[in-house]
Amino acid sequence: MSSRDVVLGRIRSALSGPSSVDVPRDYRPASGAVGSLELLVERLVDYKAVVHRSSAVAETVAGIVSGTLVVPPGIDRSWLPTAPLVDGDLPADRIAAADGVVTAAAVAIAETGTIVLDGSPDQGRRIISLLPDLHICVLRPAQIVEGVPDAVARLVPGRPLTWISGPSATSDIELNRVEGVHGPRNLHVIILEEQWS
Amino acid sequence: MTTFLGMPAPRGVGHLRGDESFPAAAKKALGNDQLRRNLNHATTTIRGKSGRVIAELPDWEQLRLAGSAIKADTMARLPELIEELESRVTAAGGVVHWAADANEANTIVTDLVRATGSPRVIKIKSMATQEIGLNEALEEAGIQPVETDLAELIVQLGKDQPSHILVPAIHRNRTEIRDIFLREMPGVDPALTDDPPVLAAAARRYLRETFLSTSVAVSGANFGIAETGTLAVVESEGNGRMCLTLPDTLITVMGIEKVLPTWRDLEVFLQLLPRSSTGERMNPYTSMWTGVVPGDGPQNFHLVLLDNGRTKVLADEVGRQALHCIRCSACLNVCPVYERTGGHAYGSVYPGPIGAILSPQLTGVEDNASLPYASSLCGACFDACPVRIDIPAILVHLRNQAPHPRSERVAMAAAAYTMDHPRLYEAAQHAAKLSRYAGKRLPPPLSGWTASRDLPEPPAETFRDWWEDR
Amino acid sequence: MRIALFVTCLADTMFPQAAKATVLLLERLGHEVVFPPGQTCCGQMHINTGYQQQALPLIQRHVKTFQPYDVVVAPSGSCVGSVRHQHAMVASAAGDERLALRATAVAERTYELSELLIDVLKIEDVGAYFPHRVTYHPTCHSLRVLRVGDKPLRLLRNVRGIDLVELPAAEQCCGFGGTFALKNADTSTAMLADKMGHVLETGASVCTAGDASCLMHIGGGLSRLESGVRTLHLAEILAATS
Repeated sequence: MSSRDVVLGRIRSALSGPSSVDVPRDYRPASGAVGSLELLVERLVDYKAVVHRSSAVAETVAGIVSGTLVVPPGIDRSWLPTAPLVDGDLPADRIAAADGVVTAAAVAIAETGTIVLDGSPDQGRRIISLLPDLHICVLRPAQIVEGVPDAVARLVPGRPLTWISGPSATSDIELNRVEGVHGPRNLHVIILEEQWS
Repeated sequence: MTTFLGMPAPRGVGHLRGDESFPAAAKKALGNDQLRRNLNHATTTIRGKSGRVIAELPDWEQLRLAGSAIKADTMARLPELIEELESRVTAAGGVVHWAADANEANTIVTDLVRATGSPRVIKIKSMATQEIGLNEALEEAGIQPVETDLAELIVQLGKDQPSHILVPAIHRNRTEIRDIFLREMPGVDPALTDDPPVLAAAARRYLRETFLSTSVAVSGANFGIAETGTLAVVESEGNGRMCLTLPDTLITVMGIEKVLPTWRDLEVFLQLLPRSSTGERMNPYTSMWTGVVPGDGPQNFHLVLLDNGRTKVLADEVGRQALHCIRCSACLNVCPVYERTGGHAYGSVYPGPIGAILSPQLTGVEDNASLPYASSLCGACFDACPVRIDIPAILVHLRNQAPHPRSERVAMAAAAYTMDHPRLYEAAQHAAKLSRYAGKRLPPPLSGWTASRDLPEPPAETFRDWWEDR
Repeated sequence: MRIALFVTCLADTMFPQAAKATVLLLERLGHEVVFPPGQTCCGQMHINTGYQQQALPLIQRHVKTFQPYDVVVAPSGSCVGSVRHQHAMVASAAGDERLALRATAVAERTYELSELLIDVLKIEDVGAYFPHRVTYHPTCHSLRVLRVGDKPLRLLRNVRGIDLVELPAAEQCCGFGGTFALKNADTSTAMLADKMGHVLETGASVCTAGDASCLMHIGGGLSRLESGVRTLHLAEILAATS
């Protein structure tokens, strides 16, 4: 008998009682509404992300960093002040040596101050937003949702997803949050402002 | 019909059994003033943080009820869900392995690492791999396991044991951590201070090259979604992202109880877990992956599904709730016993209230007989549990199964007999008055009382005497 | 109202003053108190120590004794907690569903003192006078099993002359826990030390609670310290008058 048969057989023998349980979902559900930009900004700042609101992204990026920026292949080039290092299958050491990475995002959650990347062409492979010490993420206001249920509803499960809430941090020393361990120690979020506003 | 009692986690492997009873181990821990101060500081901090972010959610209790029901439903449908997970992961390019116990899981992982030829693996903090003693098995096979979570690194470098589910080095303060780094971390700056950001930066420098040069990673999983085959790891530092992204091969060891039915269920658990564990609205990083993504991340993915006593827990209709645990450690942080003894006293990788109900069930209660008693039944753990595990009720249930000392059995039977015979009971009440002359220090086991507490003076008359004389 | 007193074995034997105060208080408020004969112990110690089989006859006795009464009161949060949350469970586990049903019916009519006063008798000011500095320890089973909330405090706030001071870290367990205090005496003592530290911080001369058992533990510690702080059951303060 294989271990698979052994374990499944044990599970079946162990079970008694009801064959399913109804789940009360009386919590706030996904609403489909656009989330509060002000709340998102407050929550991002609370977890030590730097937030910019800009209609001129390239200028804002130039104000944050000079030097080599690695970008995913589908990035909006108008966001970049200089010629970037475009990822395809760049080796890790070249990505790690970059001064920063610029990506878009799939969704942002106002209530938790979270941005989620899903590997789309404007967000790229997971490695590029991981190794550089600076991550600049450009967000459109329409990508903001209020809470976690809306984000889960919008995301596509099969994609590689990275949920990011502030820069890399740890609570391992005396249970106090300290920013800056292995992931990017600097997280900047640029929220696009429409030209006419 | 025969009752299925299940197979306990085997002896001689892993970390589910302590060398001594809880009271004996606790006595030592209680004598360590530094430990008491560290634990009090850390648990007080986390209780405050967690309480504040939980209070922000108007629907916290509804989320708890949903989380509890999703877990109960998962257990009721475990065979179909685990098979669904298997088929989804396989369809997405992963390879699924089944391990009936710790020994099998260790062999599977060791063989997989051997096949890659890598002399080293990088590890994400994982309770399941600690439970089965995977690091020892890898070392025996000549493979070096490198813990990359900061607290695990502190424990590994300090040749120590973890003492908390979330923060394994909670028993160490910043100065002790600096001293461990200075002593054990190759290439560390000798001018290292005990400032937490400086300590975190030292870990970053130390592990960077290891992340970039190791081709195999081992992880646990917080959730495995049956519907989609998606696995999720919740973390803070980015060491998890490194392990899940950089190597060619990823091996994930997951307890069978970690499966969730649907993708949508994450909307509940991703609210419950961070607020209950680190007291954050959301932890810095959560990674989700489904099998293999061509060109992005590990191109070889193995999922090891672990039993190791879990089906034995499942067989107990009252005790099976312990499998609902999402390893947030909120129950540890609010437990007055844990706060004073720390995690080592529990002798298992699962300390605190959840450990006191999980470890004895995984091993069989005779192997952890003192743990169900390591609680004053104050109930703080139930209130803190994001999935409403009724830990006090399970403790009482396990006490009923635990082996009892003979002298206690005799005393309890005598007491019950007396209480069931009012005349005897009244006679015993009057005999109690004699203890007025017995002095303030009593013999064992009552000496445990009089070592630190006076006995009340027995009254001149009992209530019922007074009532009859009215 | 006719109220049956479930005295509890501990109050009966060691702390009759708490039970007497309960009787005198309820009589002062115009109610009739009866003491059903044949009552002994609810079996909580047996259940919580792992002796459910031995507790079963005690549960049967308790149910039989109190079944005839419409309202039952006990000056103990933890004994009421056992009646309400353990009796039916133990009966069911033993396969005695009939007993479980009867136990549930008795449990539904059984109240801890502050519950009886506020929820049933609808009274918050019992006309007590107690001119002392008092701190209140909310015992775990009152707080987290019965969920009495601030009911005892509401009663205390209405006592004339009282100087009621808040106990720091009030909701932390005192370390009693029944046989926990014997089986894990060192941990229990460490918890007690912190609780006593907080009681002494308040400068109160009296520490009160709704459970004689926890008060026996805290009072035993305070006596060993020769601290001069007394422990009194909530009923004793509520029964006090000028």
